Amino acid sequence: MTDQLADSAEKLFTAHAGKAVLGAAEQGVFPQPLWDAVVEAGFTAALLPEEAGGFGATVAEAMGLLRISAAYAAPVPLGETMLAGWLLARAGLAVPEGALSIAPVRTKDRLTLTRDGDGWTLTGTATRIPWARDAAAIAVLAEGPDGPAVALLPKGSFTVAHDRNTAHEPRDTITVEATLPAGAVALANTTAAQLRAAGAAIRTVQMAGALSRVLSITIGYVQTRVQFGRPIGKFQAIQQNMAILAGQSAAALAAADNATDALAGTLSPLLVGSAKARAGEAASIGAGLAHQAHGAIGFTQEYDLHYVTKRLWSWRDEFGNEAEWNALVGRAALEAGPDGLWPLLTAA
Amino acid sequence: MQALTFAPPPPPNDQTEALRHEVRDFLAVELRDRPAQKRAESWSGGDPAFSRKMGERGWLGMMWPKKYGGHERSALERYVVLEEMLAAGAPVGYHWVAERQSGPNILKNGTQAQRDLILPRIARGELCFCIGMSEPDSGSDLAAARTRAERAQGGWLVNGTKVWTSSAHKADYMILFCRTGAKSDDDRHAGASQFLVDMKQAQQGGMTVRPIIDMHGEHHFNEVSIEDLLLPEDALLGKEGDGWKQVTGELAFERSGPDRFLSSFTLLVELVRELGPAAPERAAVAIGRITSHILALRRLSRSVAGMLQNGEDPALQASLVKDLGNSLEQEMVEIIRLLTDAEPTEAEGNPPYSVVLAHLILTAPSFSLRGGTREILRGIIARGLGLR
Ligand SMILES: Cc1cc2nc3c(=O)[nH]c(=O)nc-3n(C[C@H](O)[C@H](O)[C@H](O)COP(=O)(O)OP(=O)(O)OC[C@H]3O[C@@H](n4cnc5c(N)ncnc54)[C@H](O)[C@@H]3O)c2cc1C
Repeated sequence: MTDQLADSAEKLFTAHAGKAVLGAAEQGVFPQPLWDAVVEAGFTAALLPEEAGGFGATVAEAMGLLRISAAYAAPVPLGETMLAGWLLARAGLAVPEGALSIAPVRTKDRLTLTRDGDGWTLTGTATRIPWARDAAAIAVLAEGPDGPAVALLPKGSFTVAHDRNTAHEPRDTITVEATLPAGAVALANTTAAQLRAAGAAIRTVQMAGALSRVLSITIGYVQTRVQFGRPIGKFQAIQQNMAILAGQSAAALAAADNATDALAGTLSPLLVGSAKARAGEAASIGAGLAHQAHGAIGFTQEYDLHYVTKRLWSWRDEFGNEAEWNALVGRAALEAGPDGLWPLLTAA
Repeated sequence: MQALTFAPPPPPNDQTEALRHEVRDFLAVELRDRPAQKRAESWSGGDPAFSRKMGERGWLGMMWPKKYGGHERSALERYVVLEEMLAAGAPVGYHWVAERQSGPNILKNGTQAQRDLILPRIARGELCFCIGMSEPDSGSDLAAARTRAERAQGGWLVNGTKVWTSSAHKADYMILFCRTGAKSDDDRHAGASQFLVDMKQAQQGGMTVRPIIDMHGEHHFNEVSIEDLLLPEDALLGKEGDGWKQVTGELAFERSGPDRFLSSFTLLVELVRELGPAAPERAAVAIGRITSHILALRRLSRSVAGMLQNGEDPALQASLVKDLGNSLEQEMVEIIRLLTDAEPTEAEGNPPYSVVLAHLILTAPSFSLRGGTREILRGIIARGLGLR
């Protein structure tokens, strides 16, 4: 990603995703000015191919923008809008403007399409849908009569029951009983497993961004907090923990880059799964060390740290936690067998 | 905290993957009869004949200029060879140190004559090097080294004791780190130098190598005492007084490679063999976790390889890779042992899995000591973070 693009993102989030905005978002206020700025800057279209309205950014650049947004804990559906656009574009459907989300996101939830004259009826319930209440439309990967299909479900054609994650990001339940015109549905060339993998890649990138912020907040804090007459960062126990935190942050960034490669390529479940699991583990270790180094101040509403750590604690579980993805990776390793294991890793 | 950035690793291409298959084909033949317990030795296991064969293939000194017997290939190509060798448990120990850090040090700091003499022979797999850094009273605190070289008629007169010197009993050369001048008040790293010591000659003139048997019962490291050893003028490596700078440059090569996270890989392979595809879920999750760690480390380690090739100084990144890697190598043993009910033993007649498990239990404690301890690496990282 170019420095220029990164700089413009840093500036945008510094200006629009300050403490007041994050605090209000936790109280349920959608940060419209922030979102407008993100859309205006074109970030929501960054993952789209040019013919679908993108501006020719690479997948790595799009993920770079997402990573920066997560470092600021920007309380907007940037990742979800990117993911929905990705799903729609792959199915050849037009990508509408506005905030978007995807459904379903839980493996057991199903939305079903049946024919209805020239058009379709979509029915079902899906839980934990990110930002459903704020979305202009939801890209649904549904079960159709001829296999999986993608349907574009506009706002108003579903009901929303509010739910949330540990960071108070919307994770709503949607109930759908909608008639859709023929043009809103297309055969999917994306499987449920691929959508889950793409979602996992998105969350991996976000975790890497949030964890890099956890690191910088914490390093800044231990350099200024004085106890026993010196900054606590001068104590070796703290230094050693900060080195561990830095290592976990680096591992999460490497995992995010692996996930980005997968998203740009064949969406290798091994590469995405290992990345999501590794970043999730880094999130757990890193958040714990950061809070420990902060003492009580880090446990307050007033101090910034929780905006990122609370996201980490949810993102590590969304689109599959470490146990789920490690099981998949481990199965692949076991199936490869003793002679196939290493070749499997180098081909990932 | 800019210092903590990892550059994107050089991407694989047709050439690197063709090379990978060439190496695999070679290893399939060469290692056909190498038992698991030997593979488990990883880069501690050496065989001069194997090193020569690698040299013939052009797989040593791969990045060095052709005029020194090198092959002018990329960091990634060298990386491919390294990781394929380690993953297969090839006996690379004879040339490992020479190729990893001594050669690059000589290439960077050596005289024309030193380069001409040494580098082509390392590239042919003919030379074994040892590292003369640690001393009885100078371990983590390398700057406390007391071994001293004084200017004398015809060269340098050396006195002191080195310890834990791996392969000193086999090595052709040692790169010796010692004092040649005084530390200054504001710089305890001043006044150190490196020497290129011909081990055969030295042992005829003042150097004595005594084995130290490790707790695993093996003879890998040694005590090297040096008494009035006269080194020729041209044994000085690099500039007098630049020893500290040179030695830390060497450490970036020493600390970031795949040898810092693949030492236990044979155990994972043997576990997968032992359990078979129908392994319980618990084992799949644990194996997946290890695999996920390896994939992230591979990316970080390849990134450092690329940074070294571009002439950057990734000392901090290298420390980070080694710390993460050593933790994984050690943790792997503890995770894997709980996935079967086998008891570890190296006694003959036991299944390979039990033997490999015992081998790793008995060697793993050294992983976070050799090449810089965990605490020292974390101290370096903390300095990079601006905390020291
Ligand atoms: C298998 C093996 C092979 C080796 N091969 C070689 C070789 O070929 N050549 C060579 O020169 N050396 C070699 N070494 C030596 C190795 O480099 C040293 O063991 C290492 O540098 C640590 O030194 P030490 O053993 O004296 O431990 P010490 O430095 O005495 O450390 C003991 C403990 O104290 C901790 N400690 C020390 N200082 C600090 C500090 N400032 N803050 C916090 N904790 C601290 C250490 O981390 C460690 O846990 C080898 C070691 C091993 C185990």
